[in-house]
Amino acid sequence: MEDKMLEIRHLKKYFQTPAGKLHAVDDVSFQIEQGKTLGVVGESGCGKSTLGRTILCLNEPTEGKILFHGKDLVTAGKKERKRLRPKMQMIFQDPYSSLNGRMTVRQLIAEPLIVNKVCKNKKELEQRVSEAMETVGLAERLSMAYPHELDGGRRQRIGIARALVLEPEFIVCDEPVSALDVSIQAQILNLLMDLQEERKLTYLFITHDLSVVKHISDEIMVMYLGKCVERAPADEIFENPLHPYTKALLAAIPIPSVESCHKRRELLQGEVTSPVNPKPGCRFAARCPFAKESCRSGEILLREVSAGHFVACNQI
Amino acid sequence: MSNAGKKRNSQLSEIWRRYKKNKAAMVGLVILVIILFLAVFADLIVPYSKCIDQIGAERLQGPSLKHFFGTDEYGRDLFARVIHGSRYSLFIGVATSLMALVIGAVLGASAGYFGGVVDTVICRIIDVFMCVPPILLSLAVVAALGTSMRNLIIAITVSCIPGNVRLIRSLVLTVAEQDYVEAARSYGTSHARIIFRYVLPNAMGPIIVNTTMAISDMILSAAGLSFIGMGIQPPSPEWGALLSSAQQYMFTSPYLLLFPGMFIMLSSLSFNLVGDGLTDALDPKLKD
Repeated sequence: MEDKMLEIRHLKKYFQTPAGKLHAVDDVSFQIEQGKTLGVVGESGCGKSTLGRTILCLNEPTEGKILFHGKDLVTAGKKERKRLRPKMQMIFQDPYSSLNGRMTVRQLIAEPLIVNKVCKNKKELEQRVSEAMETVGLAERLSMAYPHELDGGRRQRIGIARALVLEPEFIVCDEPVSALDVSIQAQILNLLMDLQEERKLTYLFITHDLSVVKHISDEIMVMYLGKCVERAPADEIFENPLHPYTKALLAAIPIPSVESCHKRRELLQGEVTSPVNPKPGCRFAARCPFAKESCRSGEILLREVSAGHFVACNQI
Repeated sequence: MSNAGKKRNSQLSEIWRRYKKNKAAMVGLVILVIILFLAVFADLIVPYSKCIDQIGAERLQGPSLKHFFGTDEYGRDLFARVIHGSRYSLFIGVATSLMALVIGAVLGASAGYFGGVVDTVICRIIDVFMCVPPILLSLAVVAALGTSMRNLIIAITVSCIPGNVRLIRSLVLTVAEQDYVEAARSYGTSHARIIFRYVLPNAMGPIIVNTTMAISDMILSAAGLSFIGMGIQPPSPEWGALLSSAQQYMFTSPYLLLFPGMFIMLSSLSFNLVGDGLTDALDPKLKD
């Protein structure tokens, strides 16, 4: 593969809790090419957000490698990280709580530039901020407004501008549209896709909304309890899902037609097992309709079943 | 930058506009301005010498045109003493609460923001101080250092710090886990900048109220310590000391208690009212 901008190898993030080790991200590996989008899907609490945060070193990873253009961020020193930081940015889920309510729009967007001492003088700073605002479609007259005066879509545009102003190559989008109205979701998604085309951005797009992920991703990774259970190109995963969990997820997408109301759906039984000190074997075994004895022991490895299609299941 | 200048102005005028809407806060501000005015221009209003001039013929006289607030047992003009006393009381109140605020903010913010060992160490030390009632703590400090204006300020500051640390720590704890702090970290903001630009401004409301109200508390405890003879020493005309010497004449000359007491009450009240008004005015989320 060419242009491996980001490669993650055996990334693990465990949290120490009173009940034991919480395996938030457990041995996840993948790579993203420049200009592509990897969608990460999974239910709440499966470690999607932790994965995104760990890649940006907001959480120190427990183990593994994060290679950004071949440089390992985990072992990199403070200086190196500081140099690479502007290249990797994040867009947050909640546009209400991710903006400091005491700053104006202009201050919010200028903040990353000031912190990283990118601009030599005030004029350049103003210029960069204005450019960023224009790029994301924020009117100049809003620059002195406070975030609480704006609607969700505009706030999320601020969040995007703030991530873009440092001209990053890689952006972690942590459910950037899930807090927005459907009509605004589409606007923001289109904005993100336009920006990607214009600037050759690479996204790690975290979401639980499958219709969103199909719209934007080149490749999709399905996570369950910290593990990657299936990874394949976007079309492939929707046409030919292999892992029982992926199948269940796809079956749960609501279909807006009258006939489909009468169709029976495969529903998953049982609850998500606890990510604290998980048992060996397949994490999904407890809920899987096809689970056999062999699924409950040993390590289930991610195997390539066809070109670019990886799945972690013994039954396939 | 003309742009930035304009913004600052409009922000201040916005705060002022919101502050004006609160009638009680405006009353507080007016009283406060009057008292500050009296304290600053005390020498122009009545010379300091009148505080200490003892006129034997005019002892314990009630309020009159010559002596607005009457005279005390040595024939000193009470009006002059109360006016000059405001300098001591206000200075002690403001100085101690500002010092306690700065120290409390540094300790409380580090405890809340960094957590872990830093938090444990600071909290346990604070716990020890919290075990002792503030007035006893002040007394102990004064007893150890001796009575003087400077030691009184140190004593009152020390007794005020633990509460401040607790308050600011708990405020910082709730703010520090907000997404915008995480966002700030994601673009590489330093800890100091996060604390001063993100965490503290967002915790500012309660801190400002607490500080303005603390000023009134500090005035009261300075008065209290002077009252029991551990603070400002006579003949300095501190309000608490005035009350203290007036108690013997409580029944024959009640005005000796009335006027200093009224000033203590009014200054304390005005700081409280202003504090309340500021909380609402400083929060940009409460636009109207």
